[in-house]
Amino acid sequence: MVQKTLVEELKKGKTADENEIKEDSKLRSTDDSSKAKAHEMAKLQREIGVAEFFAKNRHLLGFDNKRKALLTTVKEAVDNSLDACEEAAILPEISVEMVDMGNDRFRVIVEDNGPGIVKKQIPNIFAKLLYGSKFHRLRMSRGQQGIGISASVMYSQLTTGKASKIVSKIHPKEPANYYELQIDTQKNKPEILKEATLDWNKEHGTRIELDLEGTYQKGTQSVDQYLKQTAIVNPHVTIIYTTPKAEQIIFPRATEILPKIPHEIKPHPYGVELGVLIQMLKNTQTKTLQQFFGDEFSRVGPGAAKQICEIARLLPKTRPSEVTIEMADRLIQAIKETKIIAPPTDCISPIGAELLEKGLKKEINAEFYCSVTRPPEVYRGNPFIIEAALAYGGEQEKEVPMNILRYANRVPLLFQQGACATTKAVQQTNWRSYGLSQSSGAVPVGPITLVVHMASVWVPFTSESKEAIAHYPEIIKEIRLAIQECGRKLGMYMAKKKLIGDEFKKRSYIEIYIPHVADALKELIGLKEKDKEQVELNLHEILEKKRGKLDKLEFDASKNAEFDEEFAKIGKEIEKEVKEEVKEEIKKLKGEKDEYQDRLD
Amino acid sequence: MSNPLKDIKDISKEIYEKILKKKLPSLNMPIRSLQNVSYDPKVGYFEMIGKAKERTLAASTIKTFAQSLRMMSLSKELIETDDIATKRETYYVSKNWGEARFHEQPESDTVMDDIEAMLMVNREQIGFIPEEKGGDVAGRLVVIDKDQETNKELRIDCTKFGSGAYSIPASVEHLKFETDAKFILAIETAGMFQRLVKHKYWQKANCILISMGGVPTRACRRFIRRLSDERKLPVYVFVDCDPYGIGNIYRTLKVGSGNAAHINKFFCVPQAKYLGVTPQDIIDYNLPTHPLLEIDVKKIKDLLKNDPFILHYKEWQQALKQLDSMKKRAEQQALAKWGLNFVIEKYLPDKLKNPKTWLP
Repeated sequence: MVQKTLVEELKKGKTADENEIKEDSKLRSTDDSSKAKAHEMAKLQREIGVAEFFAKNRHLLGFDNKRKALLTTVKEAVDNSLDACEEAAILPEISVEMVDMGNDRFRVIVEDNGPGIVKKQIPNIFAKLLYGSKFHRLRMSRGQQGIGISASVMYSQLTTGKASKIVSKIHPKEPANYYELQIDTQKNKPEILKEATLDWNKEHGTRIELDLEGTYQKGTQSVDQYLKQTAIVNPHVTIIYTTPKAEQIIFPRATEILPKIPHEIKPHPYGVELGVLIQMLKNTQTKTLQQFFGDEFSRVGPGAAKQICEIARLLPKTRPSEVTIEMADRLIQAIKETKIIAPPTDCISPIGAELLEKGLKKEINAEFYCSVTRPPEVYRGNPFIIEAALAYGGEQEKEVPMNILRYANRVPLLFQQGACATTKAVQQTNWRSYGLSQSSGAVPVGPITLVVHMASVWVPFTSESKEAIAHYPEIIKEIRLAIQECGRKLGMYMAKKKLIGDEFKKRSYIEIYIPHVADALKELIGLKEKDKEQVELNLHEILEKKRGKLDKLEFDASKNAEFDEEFAKIGKEIEKEVKEEVKEEIKKLKGEKDEYQDRLD
Repeated sequence: MSNPLKDIKDISKEIYEKILKKKLPSLNMPIRSLQNVSYDPKVGYFEMIGKAKERTLAASTIKTFAQSLRMMSLSKELIETDDIATKRETYYVSKNWGEARFHEQPESDTVMDDIEAMLMVNREQIGFIPEEKGGDVAGRLVVIDKDQETNKELRIDCTKFGSGAYSIPASVEHLKFETDAKFILAIETAGMFQRLVKHKYWQKANCILISMGGVPTRACRRFIRRLSDERKLPVYVFVDCDPYGIGNIYRTLKVGSGNAAHINKFFCVPQAKYLGVTPQDIIDYNLPTHPLLEIDVKKIKDLLKNDPFILHYKEWQQALKQLDSMKKRAEQQALAKWGLNFVIEKYLPDKLKNPKTWLP
């Protein structure tokens, strides 16, 4: 859990620094001048505020450039809205509006129909980093850390100096609460600039409005694409989107059924590491080891708990606090040797192979689709499920690398494809055996789109900006298995297609010579023209009878009823313009080269 | 004799009827290779053992199926109009067949050979003739032929060609022979033939000299066979001592080939004997040699493994193994080492006197 540890490090930062200073001065106490220097340096050492840290390292949170800042802000707000709606079992209806204020400034307004936020929580949720409900729970959700939206508020204030405006209402009969907030970046505390109640013509919900510096572009990695991809894997969501160009795009919900609400679970013993176990032993309220395993973990019954203790040569009645590091190590070994049922999976709510495929059909007009949902697996005690779907052929471009759409807990991942476990798994898969071309260790080339979704109580991202899934071997393996399952289906389709293609070629080849057979027979036995025609007809019939009916596997663009051409275009507009730009560039370069050549001549 | 025209029509009708009944039409042809022949010295030549191949509406055979029918149609026309077409001309005729045309002459020759084999006839009987020369003849022989225009009898005296020779025609069935010679000497190379003609060896030895010029053509084989059969003359074969001289030239003359096994019965000379040059001659006459080439070694192995004729005779197996172990080969004309006319004065008289030095 990369980000968890980083965050913990940050929290601990102060004490570690102070220890260092003490040791430093001890070591150099014999040398007065260095002692003086140390004291001088010590004066400069001071606590780094979490907010301050992230203000300086905004790239860690997805604010590396203006374009991405806009997307990250929308993404964080939408993710939060969706999480809130789903937890409250409300079909989400989210409005996203961006207004171009000129001078690279944008106003972002995100409004949902969620349950709303109680008054006293509003400032902390929106203006305090690392404040949230999701970090400490093992349950599948989009947000995990309690950083995202407050980071946007902070970014807004850093780039425009403006406060963010929040309205939230929790009951139709209560007024809405209104706040204008900023963050005190040194103390990581909300600064309330204005606080009021107002009438809001809405039963419940939350609305955030913030101004920030950004750049709006269409195409890949745009807000447009993010919202579209979100709609693909969240068919129960309606999104009303107004672009800075004042175009309105509506992604209507395709189903009224809410995804199953995931349950919260305790960690599973498999994959729990020594350090975590020791920490848990220290913090537990339980009195015996047997109780400890039964209460603090999922899927450990009294039998399994006893067995773990037995294998570790410890009494089940041992007090958890008495367990030494060496004993804990034995417990870890014992866990590995004990059969424990896989973690419960109701903590994860997969999209489902069928819906995933349906979403893909809407986006891509292909000739072949398939999808798979893997059984749950565990990495470091966290259950997860991998789902994959692929679309092959049809209207997709042929000589390009595979189009990979990555999702984690129903959130599209648009950046850092190269660093993602999904990409790694794609590269490790032998696509040649499924009929695609691939240079070794690379992403395959062909008219193909692959969707991979990882659903987990805790998705391990490579950074706080949640752009790529970390390379855990268990995760890569599961992704690979899911891909291979799809790949095999594709391979079978490709083989069938080839077979039919070959058969078709053979048949056409044979048919070339049928008139010659008929002509020769006509000459040999003096047939009339009419008889000769009959010979040809019969020969075609005999051929058909002998070789069987030929299946048609040709791509039919009108076959896919799910395909939505307008929808598919979103997020792709710019590519053509870019291509034109590139062409212009090449032309220019060529011209320069020619000129240079002329001068040489 | 068979009636190829009727056979062609019958086969065509059979195919037509099958098509009318919506059944798969096909042509069945014997496989033309050593794998499809057996050798029995009582019979005297390679006989087909009945392995067949099918041509039908399959991707691998449809083209040759159509081509075979096309060529049968051409043959029918040739027989009906009493015309002939050379192999090369046939290849050019196919250029009218659109996609069914031949791209190279060997393709056309193969289809022609298949039809011959299917009808069990010689290609001349179905109107096709080769371009190849039959072979040259000199010696005590009068060939009785007909004038091509007047049909009057023509007597050709093979002693009267001076330093030249009589050339065997493509078709020899109508020829008659008069001779008082004692034997026929069939020679591989034109060079050796020239030397023997130059010194009128045929007069000295009272024989007929025939130059085969490599592997004997069908006409040459048939000519020797008819001459030998009718005038009761023994046939002695004089070729280079190498796997080609033995396995291709001599073997084909004596027992025919796998490729044209359907006509071996008529186009072979079972009474032929291998006079020389034998592997033992290389030693006995201390002949200058060349090393065996890789292709020769391969050919020896192939003969020892696959040729039913060689497999029948221990003497031949020994001779070939001897050649293989010497790793040498010798040409007929190597005898010139002992003097240009050593072959006439010493080698041939010696060999003729000593049938024990021959090979079967």
